[in-house]
Amino acid sequence: MKVALDIKDLEEKARLIRIDILKMLTLAGSGHTGGSLSAADIVTALYFYKMRYNPKDPSWRERDRFILSKGHAAPLLYAALSRAGFFDPELLKTLRKIGSPLQGHPSRQSLPGVEVSTGSLGQGLSVANGIALGLRLDGIDSRVYCLLGDGEIQEGQIWEASMTAAHYHLDNICAIVDNNGLQIDGPVKEVMRVDPLPQKWNAFGWHIIETDGHNMGEIVTALDEAETIKGKPTVIIAHTVKGKGVSFFEGRVEYHGIAPTQEELTRALKELGEVQHG
Amino acid sequence: MGKGLETKTDTVKATRVAYGEVLLQLGKKRQDIVVLDADLSGSTNTGKFGKAFPERFFNIGISEQDMMGTAAGLSLAGKLPFASTFAIFATGRAWEQVRQTICYSNLNVKIVATHGGITVGEDGASHQSVEDLTLMRVLPNMTIIVPADAKETEKVIEVIADEYGPTYVRLGRAKVPVIMPEDYRFNIGKAYIFHIGKDANIISCGIMVEKALKASERLKNDGLDVGVINMSTIKPIDEETIMSATKTSRAIVTAEEHSIIGGLGSAVAEVLSEKYPIPVKRIGIKDCFGCSGDPEGLLKLYSLTVEDIISGIREVVRMKGNLW
Repeated sequence: MKVALDIKDLEEKARLIRIDILKMLTLAGSGHTGGSLSAADIVTALYFYKMRYNPKDPSWRERDRFILSKGHAAPLLYAALSRAGFFDPELLKTLRKIGSPLQGHPSRQSLPGVEVSTGSLGQGLSVANGIALGLRLDGIDSRVYCLLGDGEIQEGQIWEASMTAAHYHLDNICAIVDNNGLQIDGPVKEVMRVDPLPQKWNAFGWHIIETDGHNMGEIVTALDEAETIKGKPTVIIAHTVKGKGVSFFEGRVEYHGIAPTQEELTRALKELGEVQHG
Repeated sequence: MGKGLETKTDTVKATRVAYGEVLLQLGKKRQDIVVLDADLSGSTNTGKFGKAFPERFFNIGISEQDMMGTAAGLSLAGKLPFASTFAIFATGRAWEQVRQTICYSNLNVKIVATHGGITVGEDGASHQSVEDLTLMRVLPNMTIIVPADAKETEKVIEVIADEYGPTYVRLGRAKVPVIMPEDYRFNIGKAYIFHIGKDANIISCGIMVEKALKASERLKNDGLDVGVINMSTIKPIDEETIMSATKTSRAIVTAEEHSIIGGLGSAVAEVLSEKYPIPVKRIGIKDCFGCSGDPEGLLKLYSLTVEDIISGIREVVRMKGNLW
């Protein structure tokens, strides 16, 4: 199911998804704020512009697949899935609670719409490759999108998988690097440099698209371009800001793995133009 | 259920060779089967499938972690992936990929690893896996099978192809005698009973089943009735058969070409210590690495011979005498 929205609508959707993320994280009292907000525009464009799927039939064979390799951005995935109609938005309130299908990191066994369990970094691109190989064998033209963190690509398996995708000419794969520049222990360039990203991916045989990961028009164009590239996989290097959308979270490494307080939520929602009730 | 202890040892064949053959046959019948290897397709014998069905064979190169993830993805796309490499790389190098991506998501990936145990021989400890069963046994959703010979391997591969769920099958490098009967049928979680003995029972798997049969025959001359059970499914373990053998003999020896920590011996001891504590002796690798050498010589060096099983039986029978 592809819902065509114009850029303004997509921006509004991303704003609502950011609000969902902040609310559910505050209720949960823990979780990953910065990296959920940095990828919010990308994931919004995927679920509400680019991907075809049917929330009433989550295992529809011809759906496009989204693999959240950076599984700690689970709140973002949950917000997108609930707004796409996979489950009741009320469930968002149960994030990280005992018995909730909304596990701290996505669990395939718990929640429809989660393609594979992630959370241990570096594993998603291999899974995406396997799905892409299987789709190609069956002659299904669905595409596989895989969201990676810039810190995550320090994992060696990512580069094993990047070789596999290029070796098997998987042009039905589109990887997206959420290049927010920060990881738990500090700036990526200080902890373990991953630059230069375009040169590295290019050397591994990928088509490169660089984009502003918060400019909806650019994201949409990048996703459209990726689909036209044949014979090789495409990676979109999306330049983003960790904590994007809330001024006092932006670019602050300490908000990688903590949830907003009630007071921070109130201020954040105000910035996002949301009036809080009750 | 089997009868008698006659060992039929006129045919010898490596379990990995049987794997390659049955995979090829299954590949002809089933279009959904895909095979992955990590640059060892000659040794694991998946190369036969690869040659016949190149479009369904994926060599992932020397990257076992990526291979497991790719296999997971293929299963998500509705394929039935068989992923093969050496046992230590499948279970050790890629353990966390098997845990997070395959077992936690409960995906239908068949990991069939060859070169289990010390009979890998001359390549030495780096390539001899004595830890794989332990590593796999701790993973929820995982089924673990160790076929005793080429015949059982064939049956096991056919059966697991029809059963949903993550599965680990451990095969060997060396040629081993065919000991399972012509009409043998394999069921997951059901041990094969050659015979239940009154004095003691040997619960064994893999290449040690044949040695257990020989030990039992030799002890017959001493007037001891020693049963032999092929516990080819390590998980879920066949508690019913363990209990019935134990209640009959009240003395158990386990025999495996694997560390005594965490493998078959541990699994049996766990059942018995909670449900029916009796003397148990575990024959296996005693918390050490292997080394280079010829397979037969290594089995002697690491106390995995018929004689070692016999001394184990004498020990548990003696202990039983002191206790009961």
